[in-house]
Formats: sequence, C-alpha cells, structure tokens
Amino acid sequence: MPELDTTAPNAPAFGEPEPNPLEGVDFGKLEKSLQRPRTLFSLIMSLVVTGMTVLALIPLFSVLLMLFWKGGRKLSVAAFTQLPPAPLEQGGGFGNAIAGTLIMVLLAALLSVPTGILSAVFLAAASPENRLANAVRFAAKVLTGFPSILAGVFAYGTVVLITGGYSAIAGGLALSILMLPTIVLTAEDALRMVPEKMKEAAIGMGATQTQTAWMVLLPTALPGILTGVMLGVARAAGETAPLLFTALFSNYWPMRGAHLALMQPTASLAVLIYNFASMPFENQVEMAWAAALVLVLLVLVVNLAGQSLSRRQIQQ
Amino acid sequence: MTTQPITQPPTRSQRFNDRLFRGLCRGFAWLVVLLVSFIVLRIAVAAAPAVRQYGFGFLSGTTWDPNQSRFGILPEIWGTLLTSLLALVLGTLFGVAAAVFLSEAYLSQFAFGALKGMNLHLHPVFGRLPDQLENLLKNLIELLAAIPSVVYGLWGLFVVIPLIRPGCNWLHLKMGWMPLFGTDLSGPGVLPAALVLSIMILPTITAISRDALTSVPPRLRMAAYGLGATRWETILAVILPTASRGVFGGVVLAFGRALGETMALAMLVGNANKISVSLFSPANTLAALLANSFPEAPPKEVAVLMYAALVLLAITLVVNMAGSLILQRASAGMQGGK
Repeated sequence: MPELDTTAPNAPAFGEPEPNPLEGVDFGKLEKSLQRPRTLFSLIMSLVVTGMTVLALIPLFSVLLMLFWKGGRKLSVAAFTQLPPAPLEQGGGFGNAIAGTLIMVLLAALLSVPTGILSAVFLAAASPENRLANAVRFAAKVLTGFPSILAGVFAYGTVVLITGGYSAIAGGLALSILMLPTIVLTAEDALRMVPEKMKEAAIGMGATQTQTAWMVLLPTALPGILTGVMLGVARAAGETAPLLFTALFSNYWPMRGAHLALMQPTASLAVLIYNFASMPFENQVEMAWAAALVLVLLVLVVNLAGQSLSRRQIQQ
Repeated sequence: MTTQPITQPPTRSQRFNDRLFRGLCRGFAWLVVLLVSFIVLRIAVAAAPAVRQYGFGFLSGTTWDPNQSRFGILPEIWGTLLTSLLALVLGTLFGVAAAVFLSEAYLSQFAFGALKGMNLHLHPVFGRLPDQLENLLKNLIELLAAIPSVVYGLWGLFVVIPLIRPGCNWLHLKMGWMPLFGTDLSGPGVLPAALVLSIMILPTITAISRDALTSVPPRLRMAAYGLGATRWETILAVILPTASRGVFGGVVLAFGRALGETMALAMLVGNANKISVSLFSPANTLAALLANSFPEAPPKEVAVLMYAALVLLAITLVVNMAGSLILQRASAGMQGGK
C-alpha cells in the first residue's frame, strides 16, 4: 500500500515560516461599517421597505377597526331577524339580506361545485398536450380576471331578459360564474398533488380510472378541493356588482306565502351596504356599517377555514 | 377454501361506469369552455344593435344623453384608465416593496435575532415563532384581497374622503394653477377612488411578485453575496432584474383587475360624465357606468350599455391575456435558468 502523500505540491518545506496570502490586506476595510455609503444605503432601503409594508397593512386594520367601532354598536338580535327600515324609521335589521346572500351563494355553489370538480378531474387526468384541457385552463384563467360586473351583465342578458324579472336564480348564476375558476384551478392543483404512487397502486390492482378517481384521488385531495370551494364561496358572498341588476334588492323576505321564492327580487348584504351607504339617513348608514361587519366576518371566517384546510393537505 | 386474489379485472358494469364517468368529466370540461364562449357571444350579440347604430363614434363621443339618444363613452374610458393607472403606480410601489420585505424574510430574521438575544431560538415553542410570524404577515396581506369591494367603498366614503379632503383642498388653494390640482375635492373624486383601488390591487401584485422573487435560483444570491455585494446591491442588481418578468406579469394582471373593479369605484369616483386631468374632480369609469345605469335602464338603452360592457370586456381580456402570457414566459425562463 503506497504511503499517502500529505504534502501539497507547493507546500513549504518543514521548518520554513508559512507565507501569509492575506498579507497586506487591510481588514478594517472589509468590516461592515455604516459610514460607508453602500452599507448605509442598504440599511436605509431595508427600513424604507419595512415602513412601506407596515403602511400597506394600515388600511386592513383601519377597515376592521371602523367595522367593529361603527358596525358593532348596531349589532343586535333585531339586526338578524328584522326587515330593513324605511327612511326615517328607527330600528330594523337586515335578516332578509342575510337569508338572500346565503340562498344565492348556495345556488351558485350548487351550479359551480359539481362543474368545477368534475372538470378538474378531467384536467388532472388529461395529458399536457390535450387541447380540450388547455382550452379549459385558458377559459378558467380568463374567468379569473373577468370583471365581476360583466358576470352580472351576462346573467341579466340570459336570465333577467328571458324570464322577464329580477330573481335570486339570476343572481346565483352570476355568482357561480365568479366561483367557477377558483374551484377548477384549486381542485386541479389539489388532484395533481396526490402522490403518483397512490394512483399507480390503484391502477395496479385493476381499478378503473373512475374507481381510482373516486376511491383514491378525490378523498386524498379533498382538503385542497374544499379550500377552493371555500375561497370561491367567500368571494361570491362579498360580490355586489353581479347582483345589482340580477337579484336587485327587496325589502321583504325571499318567501311567497310559506314557500321559498327564487323568482323574485332578492335582498343581499352586499347590495344593502351599497344602497344604504349613500342614503342621507343616520339609521341607514349605521345599518350599512353593521351589515358590512357581518359580511366581512362571514367572508373572513370562510376564508380562514379554507386556508386552514389547505394547510392540512400540505402537512400530509 | 379458495382465496380471492386482491387484484381482478374490472367487470362489465364497472367498465361501463368508468366510461360514463369519464364522459361526464369531459362533458363538464366542455361546459366550462362553452360557458366562457357563450358569455362573450351573449354580450356581443346583445350589443350588436348599438354597435350597428353608433359604430366607433361611441368610443370617441363625450355626451351621455338618453333623452336625445346620444351616447359616447370617452369620459368613462378616460376615467377608467386614469384611476387604474394611478392605482397601479401606488399599488406597484407598495406591493413590490411588501413582496421584497416578505421574500427577504426580514420579519423572521428580526424575530430570530430577538429570540437569540433572549437565548430562546432553540426553544420548541418560541423557536417556531419566526416562521409563524412570517406566515401571519403573508396571510394578513392576502386578507386585504378578501375584504369585499363594497366594504372598501363604504370605508372610502366615510374614512378616506374626510381624511384626505383638507390636504387636497389646501393643495388646490396653494397650487390650483397646476391642472393636476385644478379643482377642489368636494366629496367623491379620482384621488380617493385611485387610493382605495391601489389598496385592492396590492395583494395581487405582492403575491405574484413574491412568487417571482422567491423562485430566483438561490445560487445567484449566493454568488452576489460571495462577490461582496450588500443586501440591497444584490436585490437591485441581481434579484429584481431576474424576477422582473414575473413582477411585470403580476403588475399587468393587477391592472386588469383595476380596470374591471366596480363597486368601490361606483361609490368613490363621483359618476360625473366629464374629462378632467384634475385629481380631485369627480369622474366615471366603464364598470361604474354599468353598475349605475343598468338597474333602471329602459330596453332601448340596454343595447347601448351592452356595447359599453363589450368595450370593457375587450380591454380587460387583452390586458389579462397579456399578463398571463408574460407570467407563463417568466416561469418558463426561470426553469431554464436553474
């Protein structure tokens, strides 16, 4: 066994002092010093960016603070159970608007959730070159940036003009268009995150694609899919523009006799806020703030629930 | 006793179900594509009579008078572009700054430093605090996007306008000779609308820019630090240029969002049908025009409004597609660079 040569080729012979390669370097120059413009600039920019981030968050806290301060006062049981007050009338509530928002969001979810999830199953199974799949992704992206008012224009043109009246159905349709892209794109991502091994195991046991989808893909991706649904619901609940001239507004409960009536103008929290905000009556403006508080709490709770679900999937 | 094998070929009914379900999925996929085409078509068809009657003069006309059947949307197009561009400048400045703040992990570094000072940085509970704080900050900025547009409108009406009004009127008094400050702010106007709009588009810019910044290959940063660059020399000379396409894509998408934003603008912009360069004068936007005029529009006017909707659709479609294309290219370029 040859002896290991531990000396480097240019190593000095034993006994000679090692020449210092760093000789003559002024270490003081390398030290971080705030007197140098470069370092100072870096520090100042860091502070500027920190300040701007803080400044960007101020509106969030301002909005939340104002909502609790101005809206919290008006919040009572009556707010949830009574009908909107007439001008100059005191008291009242927005129970019908809460019911209307829930009804229309539910309608929208009924339309968009099956469509969104099933097309996501198709997308997740399609090959990258599949032209239909690319067209669906493109369509979903177009809808993501679609101005919400145009969804209302579309629902007005298809439902309101044809049935001859404003209705909860038209509002639900408009909202479903806005929910759809979130559901499709999030569900596809969630389905694609299912480990390839699990799919291969299912197919190896002789499962058909359908069985794989129902027994492996969908259950595993469920948290992620639900996140998309929640985010879609949260967005739809807060939308005003598509409801302005599809569901319009109503001062009454969405009922005819004892039955739920979907074919008549329906109130919603968002439109109530819009209508009451510009009224010259103190009571109405306060009502708008209270309704805004309820709406924001609703949207934030659904949003946070969705986000916590998505965290669960990542941890898996 | 015969043992059943755990694997078995699908039975006939299972094969039938498989085909049915796959067909169903394909059908719904088609539905999504058809829906989008149908929406565009429906608006175009409804606008057709007005397009035939008014032609391109509709885009350059400045009067909106239903009584004389004279319609033009130039003031609305001007107002839409003015508010969106102003909002974009502000939103980009603050949005990119927040994205840099997040991607450089300033907060978690600061928290880590503070914990280390108290010798708690390896503590099982407190040790996780830096990451949690960082996450909280990211979520807070995303929450800005979750607040409904109409609530921003309400907030703008009762908080922003009273807040900026004295300052704006002072500017008008002292510098009224500048066209920018040519009118006083008597209530709703371009500036409050643009301010609130910039807050609404900031989360979009921050989220996309942050993604672009964090996907810059770490070795570029290491190389810059290795050459002795300071943190901000690295950010300005290496990281931002590398991520510039992604940031730009985010800005374009945010512009598309600003153009189509309705409620906050309908409440804050003042709905005045005029062209003015003053930041404090009331104006109007396409989306706000639709929101205000549609509910009580007589059948004759509906086609005209559909024409305006078609114009808005065309503008936002072009801007959004450009944004998506830029982002797609940006992420492809980043993958090539790794």
